[in-house]
Amino acid sequence: MNDHVPDDANDLHLLSGAYAVDALDDLERARFEAHLRTCADCRVEVAGLREAAAMLADTTAVAPPPELRDRVLAGIETVRPLPPIVPDHDASPGAAAPGASRRASRRRWFPLTAVAAAVLLILGVGAVWQPWDDGDGTSQQQPTAADRVLGADDAETVSLEVAGAETKVVRSKSEGRAVLVATGMPPAPSGKVYELWLQDATGHLAPAGLMPEGSDHTLVLEGDATDATGVGITIEPAGGSDVPTDSPIAVFDFSEATT
Amino acid sequence: MPGLTPVPSGESPGGAGAPGPADAALLAELLRSSSRGDQAAFARLYDAAATRVHGLVLRVVRDPAQAEEVTQEAFLEIWRTASRFDDQRGSALSWLLTIGHRKAVDRVRAAEASSRRDTRYHDTNQPVAHDETAEAATATFEAQRVRHAMQTLTQVQREAIGLAYFGGYTHTEVATMLDLPIGTAKTRIRDGLIRMRDTLGVAQ
Repeated sequence: MNDHVPDDANDLHLLSGAYAVDALDDLERARFEAHLRTCADCRVEVAGLREAAAMLADTTAVAPPPELRDRVLAGIETVRPLPPIVPDHDASPGAAAPGASRRASRRRWFPLTAVAAAVLLILGVGAVWQPWDDGDGTSQQQPTAADRVLGADDAETVSLEVAGAETKVVRSKSEGRAVLVATGMPPAPSGKVYELWLQDATGHLAPAGLMPEGSDHTLVLEGDATDATGVGITIEPAGGSDVPTDSPIAVFDFSEATT
Repeated sequence: MPGLTPVPSGESPGGAGAPGPADAALLAELLRSSSRGDQAAFARLYDAAATRVHGLVLRVVRDPAQAEEVTQEAFLEIWRTASRFDDQRGSALSWLLTIGHRKAVDRVRAAEASSRRDTRYHDTNQPVAHDETAEAATATFEAQRVRHAMQTLTQVQREAIGLAYFGGYTHTEVATMLDLPIGTAKTRIRDGLIRMRDTLGVAQ
C-alpha cells in the first residue's frame, strides 16, 4: 500500500479532503496527522472541509430508536469525562499575551515534545549530575534497556497522538530495540487490551507485547526492531492476539522518524 | 424532527444552511457543560444532534443494529472527550459528526478486514453508491440546499465524495471504483469539498 504514498509536503497537502472525510488508510492518516501538526494552512483547510462534509449529513438524517437515548444516557454514568488539555504554564514571559492560552493548547504538541525531550535528556545524563548522587557512586544504577534505546546516538522518534494520549516510539538500530512512551493513555475498552506490533518491509505484523493497565508507560517492544518499518497499536481481546483482529488505532511509520 | 434545529431556524441570521450561529453556539455551550459532567446538558446535546449523527452512521454502516452500536459508541466518546472540543477550530456539529463518521468508517473497515481473511472475493460485487446522495429522503430546507450544492459539482467529484463519505471507502479504493488513476480521487474529493464549502458559505 505504499505505492501511492505521497513524497512531499505538496502532495501531502492534497490529502486534506480525503482526510476530512476519513478516506485515508491508517498509514496515510498517520503521516497526514504528523504533517498537520506542522502545517497551519492544512489545519485551516481541513476544518473548513470538515464543515462542508458535515453538511452532507443534512441529507441523511435518521432518528435513532428511542431506546438508544436511554442506553447512551445510562452509559455515560460510568464514563468519566477527560480533563481539558491544560496549556503549558512555563511559556516565556513575552508570549503570555491574553487570549494566547487557547492557541497554546492547540500547539501543545510542540512545547510538550520539547519538554519530553528535555526530560529524556535529563534522564539520560541523570546518573552524572543528580545532586543526591554526589560523592557516592554506589547508588548509580545500570541503565535499563529502555534507557539505552532512548539515549542511543542513533535513536529515531515518531510521535503521535493516540486516543488523546501523547505517545511516541523511539527505535535504535544499534540497540535493535524499539520503545513506546505513552502519557495519558485511556484505558482499553472493557475486556480488551492494547497490543503492539512490529511491521516489517513486507507489511507483516509481528506481535510485540501488550500494554499493561495504567495510563503512562515506557515499554520496550518485544522482538528485533532493527529492520522494522513501523510500529502499530491495535485493540485486541484480553490476552492479546497472534495476528491483529482490528485495524490499528495508530501506526508509527519509521520513514517519518526524526533523529 | 424537521430541521433538527434546537432553536427555530428562522433565528439563524445566515438564513438557510446547516446550523446557524445560534444553533452552533448552543451546541458548543452544551458540549462545554457536558465536559464538566453535566448529564442534563448532554441529554440536550443528544436530542439536538442524534438524528444527524445516527443518520450518517447508518448510511455508512448500513446494518441498523450495528449502526445503533456505533452511534452509542460515538456518543460515549463525545461525552468522554467533550473537553477536547475547541470552538476556534470548527463547529460543534462538525466535531460531533467527525467522531461519528470516524467510528462508522472504523467499523466497516474492521468488518471488511475480517471478512477479507475469510474470502478472497469481495469488492467484485460491491455496489457503487452511485449518487445516492440525491435520493436521500430527508426533505428539510437545509438538505435541499446541500443537494443543490452537490449538483454544482462535476459528476466525478460528486461520486468520489459520496463513495468516500457515505461509502467509507479510501481514496485509493474510490479511484479504482471510478476507474481513475490512483492519486486522482483524493484531488477530486478535495476539489469537490472546496466547492461545497464555498457554495454553502461554510465558515472558514
